[in-house]
Amino acid sequence: MISNYNFAYLDEQTKRMIRRAILKGVSVPGYQVPFASREMPMPYGWGTGGVQVSAACLTPDDTFKVIDQGADDTTNAVSIRKFFEKTAGVAVTERTSDATVIQTRHRIPETDLTEDQILVYQVPIPEPLRFLEPRETETRKMHALEEYGLMHVKLYEDIAKHGEIATAYAYPVKVEGRYVMDPSPIPKFDNPKLESAALQLFGAGREQRIYAVPPYTKVVSLDFEDYPFDPSRADHPCELCGAEDSYLDEVIVDDAGGRIFVCSDTDYCAARREKGEAA
Amino acid sequence: MTAAVKETPVTPLLEVRNLSKFYGARIGCENVNFNLYPGEVLGIVGESGSGKSTLLNCLAGHLPSDSGEVIFDTRADGPQDTLTMSEPERRMLGRTDWAFVHQNPRDGLRMRISAGGNVGERLMAVGARHYGDIRQEAGDWLARVEIDMSRIDDRPSGFSGGMQQRLQIARNLVTGPRLVFMDEPTGGLDVSVQARLLDLLRGLVRRLGLSAIIVTHDLAVVRLLADRLMVMKGGQVVETGLTDQVLDDPQHAYTQLLVSSVLQV
Repeated sequence: MISNYNFAYLDEQTKRMIRRAILKGVSVPGYQVPFASREMPMPYGWGTGGVQVSAACLTPDDTFKVIDQGADDTTNAVSIRKFFEKTAGVAVTERTSDATVIQTRHRIPETDLTEDQILVYQVPIPEPLRFLEPRETETRKMHALEEYGLMHVKLYEDIAKHGEIATAYAYPVKVEGRYVMDPSPIPKFDNPKLESAALQLFGAGREQRIYAVPPYTKVVSLDFEDYPFDPSRADHPCELCGAEDSYLDEVIVDDAGGRIFVCSDTDYCAARREKGEAA
Repeated sequence: MTAAVKETPVTPLLEVRNLSKFYGARIGCENVNFNLYPGEVLGIVGESGSGKSTLLNCLAGHLPSDSGEVIFDTRADGPQDTLTMSEPERRMLGRTDWAFVHQNPRDGLRMRISAGGNVGERLMAVGARHYGDIRQEAGDWLARVEIDMSRIDDRPSGFSGGMQQRLQIARNLVTGPRLVFMDEPTGGLDVSVQARLLDLLRGLVRRLGLSAIIVTHDLAVVRLLADRLMVMKGGQVVETGLTDQVLDDPQHAYTQLLVSSVLQV
């Protein structure tokens, strides 16, 4: 650890400010708390919100894991993991079960999380109503007055156009029967996992919003009575580990149209293969 | 002696008392008083800048008023002052018992959402969560405003001006409002489309027994639609009365000017 940095890069006052926003977010599940987002040494869209939330949550004893689209070895994941190795000196891991703080982009780990873990999401656009109602003043009012009819208009449009709810990621959810929330661009396959034992924090750096889903909070995916929510999944087992319950990526393997489906969660896949070899 | 007619007092649907709105020192509208009874259509005419749109926006709660009362006979709690009502209640009224038809359909429609979605939005806003039912209802309403069912999934941006206006009307009437505010509903449409729209509006208003307040500068529109007329000038109401009475025998100098200014073909 380089001593020129304060622990976890941010100064203590900033972390205090972020923690206050997190506390407020936890008390009002799904509510977007504004916070004074700082410039981070990475571009917007690379997880500046998530990094600030992680920085405010980390302690020297924590074990940190970063995933990007389920993988531990992609650019975004590697750079953020290195960032905290350097500025906080915390232990890092790729094992979901060993981590205490997990920062994620676009996935929830397949392995069930526990009460001792914190899952931090990187959120590009926190406002679920953004593309339906462009005025921020109006969307805030709609949240305040619980006017969420418009959210169903989006789902209606999906069915009218595609014959089913075609929204496959960033699928809107209602948290604890009150606030409609954008769960960040996770696939809708992950939506049921939003009801978790772990604390889930969402940070949007550019948009300067933090929101949270406390452990065991009720999270319901919006749907119609005659078109119920369906967490869809590619109809294949994983090519590498054979898992039939995980979210799959489609990978093109040659230029002759060859393709395989593999687990998007690399840690889950690797752990399964290890076990398979041992057995 | 004729048999005494038993009179049951009718509660006005909308009761406006001393409504005023100022833009700084300038008058928007001043001391407006009127009653609107169920099933009645009130026309508000006047030149540009006479305060008629200001008045309409104050009534509908789109603009804050400076003083006065706007008492609406709500379904649940009887007469209530909508100006002192809490905002959630007023917005609830705005999507159930009230409807607002804008002059420019682009203000009242969501242009990036299909016709069916536009009509269905108000249903979903009051809690409809069954896709099949919503679509059925939207289809019914499109038929009522003479839009072909095959256009239900098209965006209004591809519609003609007249169709957009009819779609806006369908979208507003789908929740069965009791009071419709219309701001120049036929403005910007050519005369044949205007005639068709007026015909449709007259039919809907009569069949559904709606009350309506129509703001327009087009005397032909109020002649066709309105039972009663209010003439405004400089933010003041200068003349009121039955439509035919006001138009055939105007009393105020401004009304006389207005009536005599209509071009004859």
